Amino acid sequence: MANNRCSVLVCQGTGCVSGGSEHIYNALKDELESSGHDEGISVKRTGCHGFCQQGPMIVVEPRGVFYTKVKTDDVPDIIKSVLPGGKSLDRLFYRDPVSEKAVTHYHDIPFYIKQERTILKYCGYIDPEEINDYTEIGGYAALRKAITWMTPEGVITEVKNSGIRGLGGAGFPAGRKWESCRNAPGDVKYVVCNADEGDPGAFQDRSVMEGNPHSVIEGMIIAAYAIGADKGFIYVRAEYPLAVNRLKTAIEQARQEGLLGDNILDSDFSFDMEIFQGAGAFVCGESTALVRSIEGKRGMPKAMPRPRTTEEGLWNKPTLLNNVKTFANIPLIITNGAGWFARRGTEKSKGTAVFSLTGKVVNCGLIEVPMGATLRKIIYDIGGGIPGGKSLKAVQTGGPSGGCLPAEMIDIPVDFDSLAEAGSIMGSGGLVVMDEGTCMVDVARYFLDFNRRESCGQCIPCRLGTRQMFEILDDITKGKGRPGDIDLLDRLSKSIKRSSICGLGKTAPNPVITTLRYFRDEYDAHIRDMRCPAGVCSMK
Amino acid sequence: MEEEFVDRILASYKGERNELVPILQEVQENLGYLPEKAMIDIARFLGVPGSHVYSVASFYAQFRTLPLGKTRVAVCRGTACHIRGAPLILHEIEDAIHLKEGETSGDLEYTLETVACIGCCALAPCIKVNMDVAGDMTPEKAKELFKGNGNSNGGNRGE
Repeated sequence: MANNRCSVLVCQGTGCVSGGSEHIYNALKDELESSGHDEGISVKRTGCHGFCQQGPMIVVEPRGVFYTKVKTDDVPDIIKSVLPGGKSLDRLFYRDPVSEKAVTHYHDIPFYIKQERTILKYCGYIDPEEINDYTEIGGYAALRKAITWMTPEGVITEVKNSGIRGLGGAGFPAGRKWESCRNAPGDVKYVVCNADEGDPGAFQDRSVMEGNPHSVIEGMIIAAYAIGADKGFIYVRAEYPLAVNRLKTAIEQARQEGLLGDNILDSDFSFDMEIFQGAGAFVCGESTALVRSIEGKRGMPKAMPRPRTTEEGLWNKPTLLNNVKTFANIPLIITNGAGWFARRGTEKSKGTAVFSLTGKVVNCGLIEVPMGATLRKIIYDIGGGIPGGKSLKAVQTGGPSGGCLPAEMIDIPVDFDSLAEAGSIMGSGGLVVMDEGTCMVDVARYFLDFNRRESCGQCIPCRLGTRQMFEILDDITKGKGRPGDIDLLDRLSKSIKRSSICGLGKTAPNPVITTLRYFRDEYDAHIRDMRCPAGVCSMK
Repeated sequence: MEEEFVDRILASYKGERNELVPILQEVQENLGYLPEKAMIDIARFLGVPGSHVYSVASFYAQFRTLPLGKTRVAVCRGTACHIRGAPLILHEIEDAIHLKEGETSGDLEYTLETVACIGCCALAPCIKVNMDVAGDMTPEKAKELFKGNGNSNGGNRGE
C-alpha cells in the first residue's frame, strides 16, 4: 500500500453492499486491470464508513476525495479521474442538503467533522479481510505489549484505571468485571463476546465487526490473558452473515500469524476462539440466556438469586462476557494508556459512545462522539436536523428496553447516568429520531409488540404482562381505548418491572412508562377524543 | 436424499450436546427447514430425547419446521423501518403476492416473513429478498418489485 500513488477505497458494509458496492468493487478491479494503468493504483474494499444513507461510497486516498451514491456505470469515469491528469467527478460529490454546495473531501463533511472517532477510526480505511492492513495501523501491538511487558494483573489495573464501562447497555465497570473473573476460583475460564445485537434500530456492533474485526479479536485475546482463559466464543446474530464471514477470515488469519492458538507470540499463554451463531432470540443478549444458548439449550435466563456469570457461566465455569465495542476499545487502552482513554467523556462515563443514528433525521448512519455529548449535537450538528421542515418530537434510545425522551430534553448529555435519570437507558447504541409525524402511542405499541414476541415465556409477569399491555395499546391505537386504560398500563408496568426474572422483563414496560410520562396528552387524545394527533393510527 | 444430507452433516460433529444449535443451523441451511425425521436423527445422534431437539428448534426464531418458498421475502420491522413506514410496505407486499406474514404459498414459490432488524437502519425502510437487501422502500417500489407475482389460487400455509 505504501508504494501506491493512490487507493480507491470501496465501502463494503452491509448498507453499501445492498446498493451494489460489490459489483462496483469488481468492476473497478477489472476495468483497471484491462486498461493497463493499474501501476500505482490500488482498489481496496473497506468496512462501513458510517454514512450509509449516502452509499455506495468510495473514497480516493491520499486526498480523501469522497464520492457518494456511486453506480457501476460510474466506474469508467472514476478510473479516468484517478489517472494522471484526471479530474475529480463533480456529479458524485456529497451535496450539503441545505446549501446544495458540493463537498469534495471526506474530512470536510459536517457529518464527520463533528464526530470523534476512536473505535470507528479505521472502519472504512482498512481492508477488514487483510490482517496486514490491521497491523500496519498498529494492530496487535497492544497484545504484544500486554504479553511481553505486562502481568495479567497489570492489564486489569490499566482497564480499571481507564474507567471504561461495558458498552452493551448496562454500563457495568469493565475492569471490575475482569477482576472478579480473574479472582473466581477454577482452572478453566472462558471469554465471550456478546455480538447478539438484537435491538431493532441498532447496527453499530455489526459495523465494527464488518469494518475492523481484528480489533475485537485482539481485545478478546488480551482479556483472556488478563483473566486466565484459554477458550473464547463470539456470539453473533445469524442475521449478520457478512460479519460472521469477516470474523471467520480474521480468526483464521490470526491463527496463521500465531496470535491465536498455542504459545501465542512464543509465550506460555495459549488461547483460541470460535464463532457461535445465534439463532434469532432477542433474550439471548442476556448473559445467562446467552450462556445456555451456547450450551445447546433454550435461551432462557436463570432466575435470581444466582451466581454472577463471572463466577458461574459457560458450563458453570467463570466466564467473562463483554460487548463488541468494549473489546474493540481494549487494544486502544493498552496501547495509549488508561489516561488517554479517560480524557474523553464525563466524570462517570469515560470514552466514546457509538450510535446508530436513524429515523427522521437528515443524515442517518453510524456515529461516534465522546460520552456526554448532547442530543442536540448528535441530532442537529451531526445528523443535520429533521428533514422536510418538520420539528423534532422525541428521541428513542436503548431499543425495546429504553425510552422516548421529548424534544425539550435535547440538551441533556448522553451518558449512562443522565439517560437513566431521564427514564431511558444508554442501551447498546440505537438512537432513533422521531418527528411530529410519529405517534408516540403507536411507538409504545410497537415496542410492546416486540417485547411480547421476544419474551422467552418462562415467567408469567413478562409472558402474560407484556401481552396484556400490548393488547391495551393495540386497542387504544384502533380507537377502542377505555377510560382507566392508562391506570391499568401504569399498574401492569409496575408489577412487570418488579416481578420478572430477567432484564428483558424488568425493562419491557420502559417504552410505555416514558411515553406516558412525557406524552400523556397523546394517550388522552386517542382514548378521550378518538383522535391520533400525528395521523398515524387508523382509529378503526 | 434428505437422509443422506443429514447423515453427512452429522458425520462432521462429535455428538456433544452443545453442538445442537450449529447442527440445526447446518441442516436447515441445506434442507431449507427441519423435517421431523431429521430432528429425530439429530436427537439419536446427540443422545437426547426428541422433545429436547424440538424444544430448542421451536424456541429460536431462525428455525422452521415447514418448507420455505423459493423466494423468501423478509420485511424488516426494526424501529427505524417502523417509523418510516414498514407496516405500509408489508401490506403492499401482502397484497401483491397474496400471502400474509409468516405464510408460504401453496406452490412453494414465496415465503413472506418479518424480521426484527436487518441492521440497514440508515436505509429504512428495507426488505430482504433471499440474500439481497433493498433499502429506501416505498409502497410504490414494493408494488413494482412484485408486480405480476404471487399465486392467487389460495392454498397457502402458515407457520
